[in-house]
Amino acid sequence: MSKRPLLIWGFFFILLLFAPWFIYPIFLMKLLCFALFATSFNLLLGYTGLLSFGHAAFLGGAGYVAGFLIRDQHLPPEIGIIGGTIFAAALGLIMGALAIRRQGIYFSMITLALAQMFYFICVQVPFTGGEDGFQGIPRTMMLGLLDLQDDKTMYFVVLGLAVVALAFVARVVASPYGKILFAIKENEPRAISLGYKVDRFKLNAFVLSGALAGLAGSLQAVVMGFETLSDAHWTMSGLVILMCLVGGVGTLLGPILGAFVIVILENKVGDIGNLIFSWTNIEWFKTLGEAVTIVTGFIFVVCVLSFRKGIVGEFLDKFKSKNVV
Amino acid sequence: MPMSAVLSQLLLGLVNGSFYAILSLGLAVIFGLLNVINFAHGAMFMMGAIITYIGYTQFGLGYWPMLLLSPLIVAFFGVFVERFLIKPLYGLDHLYGLLLTFGLTLLIEGFFRSFYGVSGMAYSVPESLSGATDIGFMILPNYRSWVVVASLTVCFTTWFIIEKTKLGSYLRAGTENPKLVQAFGINFPLMVTLTYAFGVGLAAFSGVLAAPIIQISPLMGSNLIITVFAVVVIGGMGSIMGSILTGLGLGIVEAITKVFYPEASSTVVFVVMALVLLVRPAGLFGREK
Repeated sequence: MSKRPLLIWGFFFILLLFAPWFIYPIFLMKLLCFALFATSFNLLLGYTGLLSFGHAAFLGGAGYVAGFLIRDQHLPPEIGIIGGTIFAAALGLIMGALAIRRQGIYFSMITLALAQMFYFICVQVPFTGGEDGFQGIPRTMMLGLLDLQDDKTMYFVVLGLAVVALAFVARVVASPYGKILFAIKENEPRAISLGYKVDRFKLNAFVLSGALAGLAGSLQAVVMGFETLSDAHWTMSGLVILMCLVGGVGTLLGPILGAFVIVILENKVGDIGNLIFSWTNIEWFKTLGEAVTIVTGFIFVVCVLSFRKGIVGEFLDKFKSKNVV
Repeated sequence: MPMSAVLSQLLLGLVNGSFYAILSLGLAVIFGLLNVINFAHGAMFMMGAIITYIGYTQFGLGYWPMLLLSPLIVAFFGVFVERFLIKPLYGLDHLYGLLLTFGLTLLIEGFFRSFYGVSGMAYSVPESLSGATDIGFMILPNYRSWVVVASLTVCFTTWFIIEKTKLGSYLRAGTENPKLVQAFGINFPLMVTLTYAFGVGLAAFSGVLAAPIIQISPLMGSNLIITVFAVVVIGGMGSIMGSILTGLGLGIVEAITKVFYPEASSTVVFVVMALVLLVRPAGLFGREK
């Protein structure tokens, strides 16, 4: 392995270390949470070949559980985050065990349907607060010594956990276990004929991915101080697919870049609309800020039609580099 | 629980079930030939309803002309979608078709939302079908009966065309082996385009039927389509009759749940799906493809 990827990662990391002095930390933390969320999703789609359409359930579910443990049970944030992650893993076990009974397109439909069921449950049970959301999750002392009230402290906790989780994913992907997952993606019947218990590997990967998505959801709930239904909605499951697609499915850096691009875009789309309006004078573009779904849908269609490898994938193709970024 | 209340819930269940039936039927026909799961099916259903609404408010066209026009407009739109968006994806992984139509759904929904917002619009029942008939043991709202009859007629006609006619035999042959069908001199690409148009036209037709009983809104299709996905998983996409029966059956199951345990009525279809996956993973009428 050459040194170039390491240099890119190092550069990226140093940027993130100094970023909170220049950019609003809450926004940065949101970026990191979604980068982690997209990375967890990519572990399934990019390295196991499973398109889950239900990852919002892990993000939202873990957020609610973390909030419940911290706000209502008065437990410290680290317990809340661990609890949310474990809940997402358990949810992943149930959803995964059902969904892997079918392959391909059916797998996607089943995960979507199960996540929708979870969403309806979230709408109905009183403790999520329904449409009002789950509010007022306090940021208390982490491990008894880190004061999370301070945005910068909180930021470095999130950054630290995100880096550890990413390193973990990188390690998993490069391990013999990761190679087996990749073999399943490339040719499932062959993996079966080689004697691998494919279903068990798929289920493992699903649970792992769910747990990491749960970590992202718990962290986000702690950072924001609230959890809403929109995190568990199917549009969120679609959004995380888009993040991976834009950045580059099956690359480590891709989903992170994709998450940054999409989250920034969602926040700035109103400004972009005004800019296009000032160029073209077409009144309609001024309302673009309220029509985020049109923009997301448009990017989705364009990506699927002509940008399937994503930013990182296209970049790698251009430079014919064999390095795995 | 008074018997008439149960019966009227059952009729409502049949109404919903007939929507499930038409939509899952369309999904199955499209998937059979295109190998694409049309996520945009819900959006097409919504377009059917909204175009009906636009026809009335902008052009003064009533329910009956729109019942024909609206599906035609949506089918025409479907021709473009298939030719310019879905066609480039044949030969790629099936997942891309799902992703493309998902993006398309967001586009269509967003487009209509930028005009109509998210609140529902009301559309009144056509005069000839308003009112209700007393059939002795219950009072039957005419419009709901019409929806069930019209849906079933369309479903069984589709079944008849596909299973019993020459045209249908081409379609079934195309599902089995496209290359061979083309070798016999049949214009397969045209057939694929028309099949997609037909499928989304069906979705629009049920959208028109739904317009007077469901609040018309740009978001009315997306929740429905996810439930229909569950229906498709339960029934399997191998058989047309299977899709129809599963759709109707689940509508009734939903209605019964609404009577006895209303809290679970929105989730019961998914519970059934989970159970079917445990017992018969290929679906009730399915064969693994």
